[in-house]
Amino acid sequence: MCCMIDSDIPIINSKLLREKIQENSIRIVDVRREQEYQQGHITNAVNLPLAKLLADDSSESIQKIAQDLGISDETPTVIYDDTFGALSSRVVWALQYIGHEDVKLLDVTFSQWKDLGYEISTEVPEIETATHSVKINPEIMATAEYLEKVKENKNVVIIDNRERLNYLEQHIPGAINIPYRTLATDGKILRTKEGMKTLLKNRGISEDAEIITYCGSVGTLSGLAYYALKSIGVPNVKLYVHSFKEWKSLEKPIDKQENANYWDLSAE
Amino acid sequence: MAQQLRPSKPADKQSKIDWSRRQEAENFAETVKLFRQGKIDPDMFRRFRLQHGAYGTRMTDDYAMVRIKVPAGQVYPNQLEKIAQLSEMYSIGSAHFSTRENIQLHWVILEDVSEIMQSLSDVGMTSREACGNTVRNVMCSPMSGVCKDEIFDTTPYALAIARFMLRNPICQGLPRKFKFNFTCCEKHGMIRIVDVGLLPQIQEIDGEKRKGFKIFLGGGLGNRSFVGHQLEDFTPVEDLLYTSMAVIRIFDRMGDRKNLSRNRMRYLVNDLGWEKFQNLVLKERAVVKATQSVIVKLNIDDSVNEIQRPISVNDESASVPDGYARWEKTNVEKQSQSGFNSVFIGLEAGDITANQLRSVAEIIRDYSAEGFARNGFSQNIVIRYVHDDDLKSMYSRLIENGLAKTGSLTMASAVGCSGTTSCNLALTNSHRLAKEVQRKFLELNYDEDDDLKDSTIKISGCPNSCGQHQIATIGFYGGGGRHGTDMFPNYTMSLGGKFDEDAMLGHHTARVPVKRIIPVILKIIELFKENKQSDDTLAKWIDRVVSGNESSKITGVDDIKKAIAPLIVPPNVEDEPDFYMDYGSDTNYHTVTGKGECAA
Ligand code: HEM
Ligand code: SF4
Repeated sequence: MCCMIDSDIPIINSKLLREKIQENSIRIVDVRREQEYQQGHITNAVNLPLAKLLADDSSESIQKIAQDLGISDETPTVIYDDTFGALSSRVVWALQYIGHEDVKLLDVTFSQWKDLGYEISTEVPEIETATHSVKINPEIMATAEYLEKVKENKNVVIIDNRERLNYLEQHIPGAINIPYRTLATDGKILRTKEGMKTLLKNRGISEDAEIITYCGSVGTLSGLAYYALKSIGVPNVKLYVHSFKEWKSLEKPIDKQENANYWDLSAE
Repeated sequence: MAQQLRPSKPADKQSKIDWSRRQEAENFAETVKLFRQGKIDPDMFRRFRLQHGAYGTRMTDDYAMVRIKVPAGQVYPNQLEKIAQLSEMYSIGSAHFSTRENIQLHWVILEDVSEIMQSLSDVGMTSREACGNTVRNVMCSPMSGVCKDEIFDTTPYALAIARFMLRNPICQGLPRKFKFNFTCCEKHGMIRIVDVGLLPQIQEIDGEKRKGFKIFLGGGLGNRSFVGHQLEDFTPVEDLLYTSMAVIRIFDRMGDRKNLSRNRMRYLVNDLGWEKFQNLVLKERAVVKATQSVIVKLNIDDSVNEIQRPISVNDESASVPDGYARWEKTNVEKQSQSGFNSVFIGLEAGDITANQLRSVAEIIRDYSAEGFARNGFSQNIVIRYVHDDDLKSMYSRLIENGLAKTGSLTMASAVGCSGTTSCNLALTNSHRLAKEVQRKFLELNYDEDDDLKDSTIKISGCPNSCGQHQIATIGFYGGGGRHGTDMFPNYTMSLGGKFDEDAMLGHHTARVPVKRIIPVILKIIELFKENKQSDDTLAKWIDRVVSGNESSKITGVDDIKKAIAPLIVPPNVEDEPDFYMDYGSDTNYHTVTGKGECAA
């Protein structure tokens, strides 16, 4: 497999990316809205507004999107956003789901990239469409049905990545809460590997567990957690793509923190 | 529009003192693990947890409240930004300013506490000894150094005592918590309701001016409250440390370690009698002085803070924003330094969001010539050294960030403890009630009423007084009431509390159902308006009423009771279901309490 980007580094360093920009064999994908993209993006990046992917995330649709962006099975791909990595993680997950292997997150957001004084451009690169196969990767996908089936298993850990107040108010029974903000550090979208490992260790989450992440609705915040876990080498991580919104609409059981008026503690 | 060029901001000021000790975080994480594995006795763990500043949370073992100490209330922009970040990562996206100048993060997962401690080290902060049986956060009046009536600035002494006591072996296993308060003057500090309260004094001896204190001992609020006693006429600053050590040693030796509900030092003072206790302290101080093998000294940093006005963009054409006059009247205090002001930022019952914390940090950098802020005594923040010419522009910035609530220096800014929002012992949602009262006062423009200015409203969710209700002009503590078989939240109201030179605890007057509290307060204000003298204030009037010195139609507390009696009759549950629900709840009231940790 092509190793333009060292696969041991799970997240691409912004400095390294600058060196790679000039080489056309790598695809940089900006997942912000089209308008934002047009006002300036990382040089050579192409645009995939997240909404486009969410509109239809069947494997055929993802495949077509990849091909239209010139991403073949072998193309090293780097994704970024300006939403602390949550949108781009969701795209990474989608590509991995159809079997794309070499896809990484940029370690900073677009704003941080700009603040670092790195190159941006308004030029839209020409795209040569590519062919991409579909080799579904079922072990990274969780459905409501699946979650319900395994949630009592000893080895399964369900992680809710919404903010603490949302979690206290309602969550999937048995889920633990790691708000998405916990995953970042100052100026980087993800903690260091050691930082992430410490968090898991403190919480008593075994890296051998089967971990299922979810968030509010479309799997972005939990996509970031999915990515963060994968990137430190946790082997079995699944994203519950349709998350709590679907869970509620299916009228599945819900837990809450009883006998406390914690909402009144949060300043509006 | 002539805009001045913006000079670059002066470098960010940072705390000179690092209160943290990094290893403590890791140690805490390890201990939590051992506790979860059942290898540590729960009682021992609890003591350990409290010593490190983590309280339990209402009805659950899984969450903690982390109390971050802010010695002398001095807090820096980078610290506020760090707390903002931590609140989003590990708490509910907001933080809480307490009445003892601490900053609290609620609903933190116990296993994450060590990460918070770790990050606090990055900005020199600690939660160590913020709870537990030790010397708690050392407070200092937010006006110290800028107060017009102060004799000298006690801040360096407060910081030095905090430094000396923190992690000091003599403070690790006291019978109970121990509190120091320093002030600038009688009006701005609460020196008579703590174990050791200190008021600055100057004495002239042989033409030489000597700094010192009036020291008050054995005060405190709680289920039973006491006002502190003055130790001696004058205690020179050189004796500050010896006196403090003497008091702590006596308390350590003689304090009650068995009876948890009466083991604060005030009970010891009360049991022995003041004179006996006073003698003990004076003797012990002599012993401390005589027996020290090495001279122990406080590390007092008397260096002058640099005052440098950060010139922000001075836009002269900008119009005066709406509501400026009201805000200035009720939130701004002139300093002893001419041209400078202290700006009080009121928060509803002490709550502030992460984004607001970041804005406060920026506003400090842009407007405060001293470059940091002070936590106040009423769940508020004080930004000092704001130049006269910058007030309007600062007000606009505060409005933009939802931080320009008026009435911070008035009766409108009601204090409320955490109540059922997080406290295990709470019987009612005192936190929310304080917000409701404040909103009503602001709606009625009562913050602008000079007659009400020097009065206070303080609310606790149970008799334990965390909301300091006994020193309020109108104070409340929560409990349950019953009408037939139906329960409702029912507060005990006290009137006429004071914390200044004639400190006095409020007079229990009546039990008031929660949904009648606002009408009852308004009724009392109405009675006052009808019967007041021309230059009266509500606080003065209530003082006369409770002491039986009022000669109008209302001659005593009984007349107030009579006047409010019709208001507090419980309706039938069918007629007014809302009466039976607490604020912030949509189900019928019942009391639920867990195991309290106040004594731990
Ligand atoms: C018997 C038990 C307790 C007693 C006697 C007690 C007493 C007090 C007192 C007197 C204060 C006022 C501050 C001052 O000294 O000037 C205070 C403050 C405070 N206490 Fe307690 N306390 C108790 C238990 C608790 C518990 C269980 C909690 C909840 C975790 C709690 C939370 C607080 C808070 C948050 C403050 C600061 C006030 C604020 O919210 O701004 N206390 N406590
Ligand atoms: S007064 Fe009671 S309810 Fe309020 S914080 Fe203290 S113990 Fe809790």
